[in-house]
Amino acid sequence: MKKYILDLTIRRTTAPRPGYVLLQLTDPTAPLPPMLPGQFVEVRIDGSPSTFLRRPISINYVDRQANELWLLVHAVGDGTRTLAALREGDSVNVVLPLGRGFTLPKPQAGSTDTGTSPQCDSDRTAQSEKTAPQRYLLIGGGVGTAPLLYLGQTLAALGHRPTFLLGGRTSADLMQLELFRALGEVCITTEDGSTGERGFVTQHSLWQSADTFSHICTCGPKPMMAAVARLASEKGIDCEASLENMMACGLGACLCCVEDTVDGHVCVCKEGPVFNTNRLKW
Amino acid sequence: MHNTLTTSPTHPACEEKKANVSLGVCLGALALKNPVMTASGTFGYGLEFADFVDLNRLGGIIVKGTTLEPREGNPYPRMAETAHGMLNCVGLQNKGVDYFCEHIYPEVRGLNTAVLINVSGNSPETYAECARRIAELDAIPAIELNISCPNVRHGGMAFGVTCEGAASVVRAVRAVYPKTLIVKLSPNVTSIADIARAVEAEGADAVSLINTLMGMAIDAERRRPVLSIGTGGLSGPAVKPVALRMVWQVFDAVKIPVVGLGGIMNATDAIEFMLAGATAVEIGTANFIDPAVTMKVINGIEDYLRRHGFNDVRQLIGAAHSAS
Repeated sequence: MKKYILDLTIRRTTAPRPGYVLLQLTDPTAPLPPMLPGQFVEVRIDGSPSTFLRRPISINYVDRQANELWLLVHAVGDGTRTLAALREGDSVNVVLPLGRGFTLPKPQAGSTDTGTSPQCDSDRTAQSEKTAPQRYLLIGGGVGTAPLLYLGQTLAALGHRPTFLLGGRTSADLMQLELFRALGEVCITTEDGSTGERGFVTQHSLWQSADTFSHICTCGPKPMMAAVARLASEKGIDCEASLENMMACGLGACLCCVEDTVDGHVCVCKEGPVFNTNRLKW
Repeated sequence: MHNTLTTSPTHPACEEKKANVSLGVCLGALALKNPVMTASGTFGYGLEFADFVDLNRLGGIIVKGTTLEPREGNPYPRMAETAHGMLNCVGLQNKGVDYFCEHIYPEVRGLNTAVLINVSGNSPETYAECARRIAELDAIPAIELNISCPNVRHGGMAFGVTCEGAASVVRAVRAVYPKTLIVKLSPNVTSIADIARAVEAEGADAVSLINTLMGMAIDAERRRPVLSIGTGGLSGPAVKPVALRMVWQVFDAVKIPVVGLGGIMNATDAIEFMLAGATAVEIGTANFIDPAVTMKVINGIEDYLRRHGFNDVRQLIGAAHSAS
């Protein structure tokens, strides 16, 4: 995919919870280029003396109608705090789209997967499993839920109805829930039990019937993804995980962000950030 | 004392003119259409940047460090951001010279720019064998010998920190490599001018400097080094004043052309290196911040020449020395 360096304008900035900011960016001059779920952008950080490198941020959502790219940023260091302090009308220099995203199904002609998991509380369509063999379970933790929104949006556009399993320490950690609910079923775990089932995403009751899913896509803390990958492997479900190793170039040139795989050290920025978990040594 | 025209002015590529401003320079027999090359390990094989840069406008591309055998490099984490720079300890990860010859060379040989290969090794013999195989590639006019990598246990910088070590590698490679031989020097030495003289005496056609400065980062919260092997090489604008000083000193010490690098972020930085004595420059870490920076540097040099009434970029080489 062709990559671009663009000066985007912030149309709206909101704080879904303290310490996080949602940047809604637009290109005032042209339609945004094609981008795929799981890909990321490298944002230049201006005006932070201690920040030298760009920051890789996953694509949270693409609103083609509004010509908007959404980035959900967790302000954890000087670079991301500088991004969080940006205001509407400010300009942001981004390189995009970068990396390899989640494997997408081929468009389904005329059929729509409305499959549900029995443990989740919304509309059931019992026959759907027979008509639609591909069923997607998207598992996110913390800010790792961000790319799953765009993935869910894309799957929905391809005629699928994914199930989301979102985890947080407490209910306040869960963001953009209404947007997820518009795309599929949402199952929740919190460690304190304040919303959904108490515990980790790997302890949710939907795993009891998880073999109805054909694909798992996960993004979040590495221990969570590794645990999800183990469960997926036990149940024979194809699993992809999005990694977030520290990066410099984002283009596969500097070889700083490597992950150890069955094929040796490979760049997360170029061969990933999404990997089939059977390639990873964790 | 240097003649500022250290290159052969009759070489056809050195005569390339664009709107009355000549940008061509030569490193020994190697003619570059302009002085701007990309530094090894920061630009991949060039192809990674093709969406941002007209590769054919570059003076040259220096392909990342290549060794005789494939190398996996060091474990992650390999990078730490610093104030105005970054540390890396990649450790020469590459798929080996034969992989380059078979898979990458066909992709880059058609480029209308000088494609150079940075060569590393762990003994004079492995350097020489790697260079010998590259010498057979018609479209690769030069190599840059890396005797200065700070991130590998055996070889690399070990050769570059003594005159005898540096000379031994250059001697072995010179014996089997007839094309343009650039030697990349380590700044982690007491006298870089002495090392430069030693490699010049063994027949190097040019020297490039500086490689990264050895440094480290410590994670205070976890009370341990950030990088997997503890130390790494510092690059970026933080090292520029050190690099500029060393280019200045080496320009005074040798007669062969000097290639300057170290923290160049824009055209002004590049011009400063030329004024200090560089015939050409390499852009490294800046490619990570602005993948299109090389085009801006080339344009900026051209603008500078016009603004100051120069018609040939070679008029800049070492020009600050006469004023000091």
